[in-house]
Amino acid sequence: MNNITEFIARNRYSHMIILALLLAVVLPLSMDIFRLNLVGKYLTYAFVALGLVLCWGYGGILSLGQGVFFGLGGYCMAMFLKLEASSPENTQIQSTPGIPDFMDWNQITELPWFWEPFHSFGFTLVAVLVVPALFAFIIAVAMFKRRVGGVYFAIITQAIAAILTILIIGQQGYTGGVNGITDLRTLNGWDIRTDSAKYVLYYVNVVLLFACIFIAGFVVKSKLGRLLVAMREREDRVRFSGYDVSNFKIFVFCLAAMISAIGGAMFTLQVGFMSPSFVGIVPSIEMVIFCALGGRLSILGAVYGTLLVNFAKTSFSESFPELWLFAMGALFIGVVMAFPNGLAGIYQTYIEPRLISKKKGYEKEDPKKKDDNPALANPEEEKTHA
Amino acid sequence: MLETTKNIGKDFVLSVEGLTVSFDGFKAVNDLSFYVEENEIRVIIGPNGAGKTTVLDLICGRTAATEGSIKFKGKELTKMKEHQIVHTGVGRKFQNPSIYEDLTVFENLELSFPRGHSVFGALFFKRDKEVIEKISEIAAMIFLGDKLGMSADLLSHGQKQWLEIGMLLIQDPELLMLDEPVAGMSVSERKQTADLLHRITKDRSVLVIEHDMQFVAEIADRVTVLHQGKVLSEGSMERVQSDPKVIEVYLGH
Repeated sequence: MNNITEFIARNRYSHMIILALLLAVVLPLSMDIFRLNLVGKYLTYAFVALGLVLCWGYGGILSLGQGVFFGLGGYCMAMFLKLEASSPENTQIQSTPGIPDFMDWNQITELPWFWEPFHSFGFTLVAVLVVPALFAFIIAVAMFKRRVGGVYFAIITQAIAAILTILIIGQQGYTGGVNGITDLRTLNGWDIRTDSAKYVLYYVNVVLLFACIFIAGFVVKSKLGRLLVAMREREDRVRFSGYDVSNFKIFVFCLAAMISAIGGAMFTLQVGFMSPSFVGIVPSIEMVIFCALGGRLSILGAVYGTLLVNFAKTSFSESFPELWLFAMGALFIGVVMAFPNGLAGIYQTYIEPRLISKKKGYEKEDPKKKDDNPALANPEEEKTHA
Repeated sequence: MLETTKNIGKDFVLSVEGLTVSFDGFKAVNDLSFYVEENEIRVIIGPNGAGKTTVLDLICGRTAATEGSIKFKGKELTKMKEHQIVHTGVGRKFQNPSIYEDLTVFENLELSFPRGHSVFGALFFKRDKEVIEKISEIAAMIFLGDKLGMSADLLSHGQKQWLEIGMLLIQDPELLMLDEPVAGMSVSERKQTADLLHRITKDRSVLVIEHDMQFVAEIADRVTVLHQGKVLSEGSMERVQSDPKVIEVYLGH
């Protein structure tokens, strides 16, 4: 037993293996497909929380509008699926067959130009990544080149989330309005509503999540990751060490947006619709809470934080729907005040040392002094840099 | 001022001419001109509010000049961004030790290593032998050779000052600007710092702001006295010390 706990605490991949086992083996075996599909839905939010770890936890850029990128990714996917579901045969009863039903209800007789390319699956996959990244890039260049940061940036991102929601709701004929894009059926002819499709999509989701975890891990372990920490603390010093700080902020903000967008696209596939209620201020802030609870400096913590808050939300809101928001607010305030590094912080300070000291009780490690001589660069790390 | 006019035409590393900056009408630096020669150690002194730190801010691009020019090796700095100025070879140390306290001493120095300054350069930066050797060398120089793995927030105040000097040294700037490098140091730390400065100032020009007159006398080639944003006096330490204007506004206090 000692050996196992010691292994868990010491091996840098062990935490990832545990999460992989949990998501790929334990949960699928212990849940029916309805619950598993729910977990899949939660995991799509984990992408957003993961992006927030990078841009908020490491880079110090608090964005209260990550739902925007989640939504853009989700809408791109939804547009493709909707077009496939709106084939002329399926929509014979409409006054204009071949266009999505909500367009027909809004007296639109022709497919808008920006919907056209979403007939192609290849284009859609690219768009899921590029559209949110481009949008994030425009925001980031406009803000960071002017050195807008901190609270001001948070407020602006929140305003953007609000604006986009209003725009989507207002342009009902083009976007499906407040209902969003619903009644999605097949992906290249493959019915995504069946149980087997849900299993497949769940696993695709887990694999993509791990791909993003690896990318995030690579970024955090690179010099860029340390630069982000340095920028968070002393932006001026970084600038006077010869770095163009705004470029690094733009990069990490765009990366976070892309990761969130993958989550959004997977959400659409697994849940079967996309609506403005996942774009606005409330979901954006909820995602910050997932990240803060899990630990904003911990990539895996963000995943656990998202899962736990959502499990709690589902079980709690089933019994006390009106109390849930208060409970989540209280939880957020409590965690931030008592444990600024969230669950991951609690684990690292209280649990991990115990796992190690079981064997060597006398050796109390100071977390600050870990990694005592980086000059003798540990070869494992070198490999990841390569 | 007399001295500066006769110097025109000579090759200077840094020439500041007619530099003015006004904050809401208050001229913190007013029509300031001075020149720094190659390999010179220049100390700027002056009473509080004389504009000393503002001058460094202007040179390194932290503050934008209202008027005037700053030429470094013939390049105009007033139009450049901070990071571009750094790449032309200007290094700046702040008054309060400005280091990354969440990172280790090694990582602090590594971030200042002059390679991988673009986004993808930083992403794929390799901690190779050259980097490690250079960092060990600099760390030994700044008396932190055995503290590389330590988190920087555990260093003493003096050690933090050294670390920041080390972060500049690793950039190998041609012009090194130090804002009160011995402030808050103990007597023995001060001696070590003077010793360090003597060693690192070879082959580069240095601009230092300092209040400690004994320390100034020890390191300065020449001294510029600022008062209300203007040069009050300039020359060797003895000359400045015996200047009646200087005694009146500053040293006499």
